Amino acid sequence: MDPFLLEALVNGILLGGVFALPVLGLNLVFGVVDVVWLCYAELVMVGMYAVWFFYSQMGWPLPLAFAVCIGLVAVLGVLLHLLVVRPLLTQPPINQVLATGGVLFVLQGVATLIFSTEFRALGVDMPPMEVGEVFVSGTKLAAFCAALLGAGALWAFLKFTYVGTAIRAIARDREVMPLMGVDPQRIYLIASAIGGALAGLAACLLIVQLDVHPFVGLSFGPITFMICVMGGLGNMLGGFLAAFLMGLIISVGGFWGTTELSYVVAFAFFIVVMFIRPQGLFAR
Amino acid sequence: MEQASLSIDAVHAGYGDFQALFGVSLRVDPGEAVGVVGPNGAGKTTLLRVISGLIRPRSGNVRFAGQDLAKVPAHTLPALGIAHVPENRRLFPHLTVEENLRVGAFTAAARPHFEARRDHVYTLFPRMKERRHQLAGTMSGGEQQMCAIGRALMSGPKILLLDEPSAGLAPLVVQQVFDLVRRIRQEGLTVLIVEQNVAQVLRVVDRAYVLETGRVAAEGASAALAADPVIRRSYLGGH
Ligand SMILES: Nc1ncnc2c1ncn2[C@@H]1O[C@H](COP(=O)(O)OP(=O)(O)O)[C@@H](O)[C@H]1O
Ligand SMILES: [Mg+2]
Repeated sequence: MDPFLLEALVNGILLGGVFALPVLGLNLVFGVVDVVWLCYAELVMVGMYAVWFFYSQMGWPLPLAFAVCIGLVAVLGVLLHLLVVRPLLTQPPINQVLATGGVLFVLQGVATLIFSTEFRALGVDMPPMEVGEVFVSGTKLAAFCAALLGAGALWAFLKFTYVGTAIRAIARDREVMPLMGVDPQRIYLIASAIGGALAGLAACLLIVQLDVHPFVGLSFGPITFMICVMGGLGNMLGGFLAAFLMGLIISVGGFWGTTELSYVVAFAFFIVVMFIRPQGLFAR
Repeated sequence: MEQASLSIDAVHAGYGDFQALFGVSLRVDPGEAVGVVGPNGAGKTTLLRVISGLIRPRSGNVRFAGQDLAKVPAHTLPALGIAHVPENRRLFPHLTVEENLRVGAFTAAARPHFEARRDHVYTLFPRMKERRHQLAGTMSGGEQQMCAIGRALMSGPKILLLDEPSAGLAPLVVQQVFDLVRRIRQEGLTVLIVEQNVAQVLRVVDRAYVLETGRVAAEGASAALAADPVIRRSYLGGH
């Protein structure tokens, strides 16, 4: 096989791993709370600034900056739920979507005020590594492994714990949950915290590959939503698989054309999928 | 055993402008099995939902184990010893049988007993053990009903509320469900069972209430109700 094509395939898979985290986070929150966090990519943006600030400005060790970032964005997820989503839970879904969309602009605006529109880079890089016959960026490979670990931890939590099982149950039938001794409001909070933590982890993996600026969310937010819809909104496994599919399409598209063109191809693919399977590729 | 007595006093309840219960009073003593029968739309399900806090009465009160349930959040009732098997079972079809049981053991008090109670449920329904890794939604109606009852038992209740457990099941399976209710009773559990299958339920319970359009139309010992000519004509197809 053409080594460059092989490299594009490997990079596509690595890219898919990074897409997978925010997709899982969005799907988790949507499945449980039934609200789409339109500002999800901006939560990631805040996390990226947090890592940059604590590491580059404050001189903290990188692992500590990562841990604080994940915790901070988890708290942001909880605040988003308590202050914006919960008061609107009984209202039509469009109001909730618009409200979280408002938060998107607030976060962009606040980030611009505090950090200006300058691009901020972390400046950490790992040496390239040889995987099979191709060289891949060590940073990308590490990010991919961390993303898989995060996804695996989430899966184990949902599969093997009481709260995780309740989260999967509530996604199907919320009215009956009190009869099981489950307080739905508490499960919403937990899901929002985990959704935030996943955004925080995604921020850690992105900041090492991508400069942060107030509008950085626009570079991966839309594609994240597309992947969620393609995999079937609320369907964790479907979203996970669709993330890799999109990663491959973008990366291989970039191999044959330009990166810009590859996003056009990805978007065209999304539209075709929506025509053929409006319920999502992996909907049951 | 004063703890397990349930009393409902002059409860009025409904949905929005619609009133479904008009001053219903009812009592279940510890160790008793009590039935609530009546036609479709009489308010039987509403009554159980009032007891388990899913809807609040407009007036009247509900007491369990000496405690007023009016201000107690619904999700804390399983920890107090009330387990409710809802109408249409409401299993989680995409979870396995064992995962459904795990959700039933969600409360902090129930978790340490998960394995012991699960094994007990499996001895009550050996079928559940065979199917423990199967998705609940793929089982037959009778098996799903057994699983729903098992899920309710996982919280270690003092009283079990059953909403039409025999609905939609084949006659042979109906028999199995009522046999099961008998065995659960023998283990000392208090049972309040709502049924449209009047003939069957009167053979299982000690006493029963007849609910008609949100009011208690009759009550009494099962044998007396089964012999009552009006009840026979309306519910037992007798003359
Ligand atoms: N969610 C609801 N909203 C409005 N009315 C309801 C609702 N549920 C039940 N009802 C009405 O309340 C009455 C009693 O219903 P229900 O308690 O389900 O009766 P049963 O269980 O005896 O068949 C019926 O007239 C029914 O139409
Ligand atoms: Mg009913």
